[in-house]
Amino acid sequence: MKYMLLINSAAAESDTEPASFEEWVAYDKSVRESGVYVAGESLADLTTATTVRVNASGERTVTDGPFAETREILGGFYVIDVPDLDVALDWAARCPGARGGGSIVVRPVAEFD
Amino acid sequence: MAGVGSSIEAVFREERGRLLAALVRRFGDLDLAEEVASDAIEAALVHWPADGVPPNPGAWLMTTARRRAVDRLRRDRTYAARLAILQVEADRAGPAAPAGTGSSGELPDERLQLFFTCAHPALPAEDRVALTLRCLAGLTTQEVARAFLLPPATMAKRIVRAKKKIREARIPFRVPGADELPERLPGVLQVIYSVFTEGYAASTGPDLQRPDLAEEAIRLARILRRLLPGEREIAGLLGLMLLVHARHEARIGADGELVLLDDQDRSRWDRTMIEEGQGLVVAALTGGPPGLYGVQAAIAALHDEAADLATTDWPQIVALYDVLLALAPSPVIALNRAVAVAMRDGAEAGLALLDELAGEPRLRGYHPYPTARGDLLHRLGRHRAAADAYRQALGWAGTEPERAHLRRRLETCSGEGDD
Repeated sequence: MKYMLLINSAAAESDTEPASFEEWVAYDKSVRESGVYVAGESLADLTTATTVRVNASGERTVTDGPFAETREILGGFYVIDVPDLDVALDWAARCPGARGGGSIVVRPVAEFD
Repeated sequence: MAGVGSSIEAVFREERGRLLAALVRRFGDLDLAEEVASDAIEAALVHWPADGVPPNPGAWLMTTARRRAVDRLRRDRTYAARLAILQVEADRAGPAAPAGTGSSGELPDERLQLFFTCAHPALPAEDRVALTLRCLAGLTTQEVARAFLLPPATMAKRIVRAKKKIREARIPFRVPGADELPERLPGVLQVIYSVFTEGYAASTGPDLQRPDLAEEAIRLARILRRLLPGEREIAGLLGLMLLVHARHEARIGADGELVLLDDQDRSRWDRTMIEEGQGLVVAALTGGPPGLYGVQAAIAALHDEAADLATTDWPQIVALYDVLLALAPSPVIALNRAVAVAMRDGAEAGLALLDELAGEPRLRGYHPYPTARGDLLHRLGRHRAAADAYRQALGWAGTEPERAHLRRRLETCSGEGDD
């Protein structure tokens, strides 16, 4: 069963230390080496984000952002393949992004058959 | 044939949760398990009154249910494929040894897995309670709805939603490992205690208490204790519920009115329940640091052991509340401690502690707070202030007997001027 781990970092300054680069490298290594890794990317800085909307008449609107209107910012993701939710939650809990005021949303990837 | 009917009823009560758990374990699907469990019980209702209850009713039900499940799977190919995968993975994911008692023909008891699934933290809290009552206590959706005074359709939706999340997010049917148990068990205990507290003091409605729900919670705790006999907090919770429930008949007066501890006829307390509860307090508090439920059970035991309010061991109760506050700081515990202090040191001392809690957001709308203030102010002869407190409590109280009690209090105050 595939689960997507959406890594949200806190927009506001948090009182706990964010994870270090080394911790991210170590986590990434363990996800890949354990065999649960399906996909994963970390996203470029939020200031580079652009939003596209298409209205009813097919007109396209492109806007800069979104920026930190939301309290949490999607910073990256993993897709992992594990037997059940508890295992997915274990991986999410080990992710450095879960600390320092961040959080990980765990969502099963829908299966269509 | 009333005898046979009620013995069949008793068998279902005992076997339903166990049957369901075994089926869930085997087929990995709560919906399918419920359907075939119901099928098996229906078949039993046809056969047993005529042929008699079989010597091993659990095995009979299981065999019947499994056949029905296989029939259903044959009819539905894609379902079968999905379930086959689920089952293979469930077996691979780990054994979680069934707590079978070994005697031949006896079903392994897999209810423990179901307890942890129904109380999984990935489910919303109210769904956990509903699902536990549905799956482990064997209440129908309608009965669960009635227990929480919700329309059956609302409750049905809630149960469907919870089952969907279990299925689609794949919440596992398993007993947490020893390393996770301390983290997960409190959730299960909380579910059972929520059922009990709704039974002890209904939050809304015409009745002050719902003994059926309280007894259901006690039954669930007994099952859990059998499955995890070494967990002291389960002993604590079961003890607490027994020691509190032992007083339930004396809590209601002839006209359905609330009778406070002070005025209860203590000869109506259930001595057997108290004795069992006392034994459980010992088990809960021996062999390690005390837990939340164990300490609360000890407090309940001190109340049950006292001949009257005056000879109650208030110093020890205050000391136990101190332990409780250190374990889990909460304004509700602080409120109870303040009342105990008032009994030990006098109303003035208790009132001072209550006033310290005045700004607590968690006590807003919590009627025991103004009620306790009203009682202490009344004892101090400050009747006008007491009346104000009772009026506030009246606005917050949810059941009619409680409101009637507060109205009586209010009248008493209004009849007297301030000293």
